[in-house]
Amino acid sequence: MNIALWAVVGILSLIVLYIIVTFNSLISLRNRVDNAWSQIDVQLKRRYDLIPNLVNTVKGYMKHEKGVLTEITKARSQLVSGSMDQKAKASDAISSALKTLFAVAENYPKLQASENFKMLQEELSGTESKIAYSRQFYNDNVMSLNNRIQQFPSSIIAKMLSFSQREFFKAGESEKKAVKVEF
Amino acid sequence: MANLYDHISSNKRKSVLLISVFFIIIALLGYAFGLYFGDAFIGLGFAIVISAVMTLVSFYSSDRIILGMSHAVPAEKNKYPHLVNTVEGLAIAAGIPVPKVYVIDDTAINAFATGRDPQHASVTVTTGAVQRLKRDELEGVLAHELSHIRNYDIRMMMLVVMLVGMIALLSDIFLRSMFYGRRRNSGPKGGGIFILVIIVLGIILAVLAPLIAQLIKLAVSRKREFLADADGVMLCRNPKGLANALKRIKDDKEPLVEAANKATAHLFIENPLRTFGGRVNSLFSTHPPIIERIRRLESF
Repeated sequence: MNIALWAVVGILSLIVLYIIVTFNSLISLRNRVDNAWSQIDVQLKRRYDLIPNLVNTVKGYMKHEKGVLTEITKARSQLVSGSMDQKAKASDAISSALKTLFAVAENYPKLQASENFKMLQEELSGTESKIAYSRQFYNDNVMSLNNRIQQFPSSIIAKMLSFSQREFFKAGESEKKAVKVEF
Repeated sequence: MANLYDHISSNKRKSVLLISVFFIIIALLGYAFGLYFGDAFIGLGFAIVISAVMTLVSFYSSDRIILGMSHAVPAEKNKYPHLVNTVEGLAIAAGIPVPKVYVIDDTAINAFATGRDPQHASVTVTTGAVQRLKRDELEGVLAHELSHIRNYDIRMMMLVVMLVGMIALLSDIFLRSMFYGRRRNSGPKGGGIFILVIIVLGIILAVLAPLIAQLIKLAVSRKREFLADADGVMLCRNPKGLANALKRIKDDKEPLVEAANKATAHLFIENPLRTFGGRVNSLFSTHPPIIERIRRLESF
């Protein structure tokens, strides 16, 4: 009788312990995902702030490429706020517009020689790769969170405490296509 | 991911173990030293105080000492924009704070990371690496270094550098004073044979300590390099970058980093003291063979 009682108490406390540990790990995974998302946001904002400088620098040199510049400005204006999907799409549009611009810029030796342009180009390509890295970090974290939520037995606790899966920050179609440059 | 966290906690555990072992070795050295000069407990006391102070100093400031020894200077963002940007990007991917970036003015291609934890870490590259490596190669090298930081390898490696150096120094002092010093009295009363045995043990200890320390240093760093290679590839998702960088280092006719020495050798991404023939005794090499590392990277 006594032993049975102790066994029940033991098993119950193990279960409670397991629930606490799982809950805490789910919380920290979710916080990591949130933190990773804010990293992406920081980099997107950084690029958003750099683009006007770039456009101003380039304008004087590239008189015949108005189209490229308006495309960039337009893509930039779409990246204000919105769902993750919209942000991902807008971000991809900016990336490809920037690629086009830098490809076209190769035809302007004076522009290429400008210190200001070089600095902006380095800064933007640095930000571009930081966006890719923060996206990678975010997706890695989303994967660990989603795994935890789907895998048994933590899935039971996740369902009980209503943890929801997060969506990945997908690389858009535009990123995989080759750069199209029109003259 | 579980593997990574296992690796981190194993590194933290080993750091504690390492400090304890060194602490005991030094205390024993002090004891033998004191015994030889008359009072074992004064020697022991001194040794404990000295090793406590030195361990604390190593833990909190040896990254600065190492950077100073290697003549590393902070890399300013406007001078090395690409380098700083790449480190910042990789830090985001690794989920660690951005480490401080330093450069060594040296034409050889090499790099190392040091610090006690990711919050107090730095990564150093030679100017040769910045100038002669392609973008993706430099990225691969930096990803390798950032993995060392994230894995807490840097803490282990830094402690090893300082503590190995310390033991070598102390046993050197002990041995020299044995040969040149003069005994002040005949030691505590008791059997002469007992004293003799202790002294012989002390000498053996003093001779062996640096050797043991050396072996610990080697055991610590070889497996670590393979792991950091693999983790680095996870970070930059491009095994070719690091593989090509290693190839470039392998074929480099000028592999030496002038500011590197035996104590700091194993911090670098590739052994900076490599001899020209590349014929390094593999048991006593601080790094796994570069060809083996390239082969593993290309199999990813």
